[in-house]
Amino acid sequence: MLPDGARLAAREINAWRGDRHILRDVSFDVRSGEFLKITGPNGVGKTTLLRVVCGLLPAESGEVSWRDRPVQGASDEFHAEMAYLGHLNSLKADLTARENLRFLAGLRQALSDSDVDAALDRVGILSRGDLPARSLSAGQKRRLALARLLLSGAALWILDEPVTNLDTAGIALVEDLIREHVERGGLALAAAHQRLLDDAPMLRRLELQ
Amino acid sequence: MTGRASVGAAAGLVFRRDLTLAWRRWDEVAQPLIFYVVVTTLFPLATTPDLNQLRTISGGVVWVAALLASLLALEALFRSDVEDGTMEQWVMTGQPLGWLLLAKVASHWVLTGLPLVVMSPIVGTALGLPFAAWGTLMLSLLLGTATLSVLGGIGAALTVGVRRGSVLLSLLVLPLAMPLLIFGSRAVGLVMDGESPSGPLQLLAAIFFLSLSLGPVAMSAAIRISVES
Repeated sequence: MLPDGARLAAREINAWRGDRHILRDVSFDVRSGEFLKITGPNGVGKTTLLRVVCGLLPAESGEVSWRDRPVQGASDEFHAEMAYLGHLNSLKADLTARENLRFLAGLRQALSDSDVDAALDRVGILSRGDLPARSLSAGQKRRLALARLLLSGAALWILDEPVTNLDTAGIALVEDLIREHVERGGLALAAAHQRLLDDAPMLRRLELQ
Repeated sequence: MTGRASVGAAAGLVFRRDLTLAWRRWDEVAQPLIFYVVVTTLFPLATTPDLNQLRTISGGVVWVAALLASLLALEALFRSDVEDGTMEQWVMTGQPLGWLLLAKVASHWVLTGLPLVVMSPIVGTALGLPFAAWGTLMLSLLLGTATLSVLGGIGAALTVGVRRGSVLLSLLVLPLAMPLLIFGSRAVGLVMDGESPSGPLQLLAAIFFLSLSLGPVAMSAAIRISVES
């Protein structure tokens, strides 16, 4: 389903937050079929690294490349193939769960009603589909954000603390989603404190310090 | 899933989303319109109820009120989308961001600018504006509010990351809005004097197309800076 041979590489990324030099020469490499877990204590720069990779933050120096081409300058092509789940769930409180998916995931992919329902079902909130997002619990909102990821059609998933607010079943769900995505030939990058696919063969680690 | 969404479909979704959201928060959307009606009603109370005197300033009063009402609505344009993380997702859809933002500005104009245009003959008549000037007033406001939505969109995109950005936004947008006010009220004045308003109207149209062509580029550049945090 997903094209093979995709590769995301970061070379000697340096980034500053205010007057703090938090990323020093960070390099990594993820290929199709791999999951890179980024760990490290709070404030070490995990989110900053992910946002630099997404192109949301400029790096002081260094280069991110996708399919062996620098992301800088070809960001629309890169963004079309990646999906980002940040700290914020990017939901509109006044829209229903279904509308949230249609109006956000629909910007990337042409979606039918059954696509939306299938994604809601996969994350276990199909029965909440017509409730406004404001009335969902924090965990259900996170699940809704995961449903958006499923509908993105992206080869590269970039996840910032994906299991925040989730119960044990939710954590297992995230692990399953990442495993399925990676086994289909996708790539995933996640910053996480908790255990996340720690024994899986596709796991690679990057420890920031 | 049936493949990538086209740019047009994506822009249409943004437009429809904002109308849906506005429908659920109509009280916030109605605020500029209420402001507009209230301000124009206050003028006869503060100056004179004599229609012959009011008539001379009616075009200007309607224009000033419309300008301020549009400004009032601008501050919230991108704020909630940036705060809840929707905007950073828009930046990363792979769709041209300028088109998405233009669609958002268009829905903003339909919700806040268009009602001002539609109401203008009524508030104008209350100030003694002759029937003959209705068309010019509406056309000038149509071009003026649409231009202001785009210019204001650039300002709002630049100031959305700034705390208490509303003062800064007024400072940025008001000077750019001055030509609109001058040409718009001049067009209404000309037609009331029995002359052709085409000169100022053409200038308004020129400013509109200029801002329409440069606006999306400027807005997307400004939004990319604003989500860098």
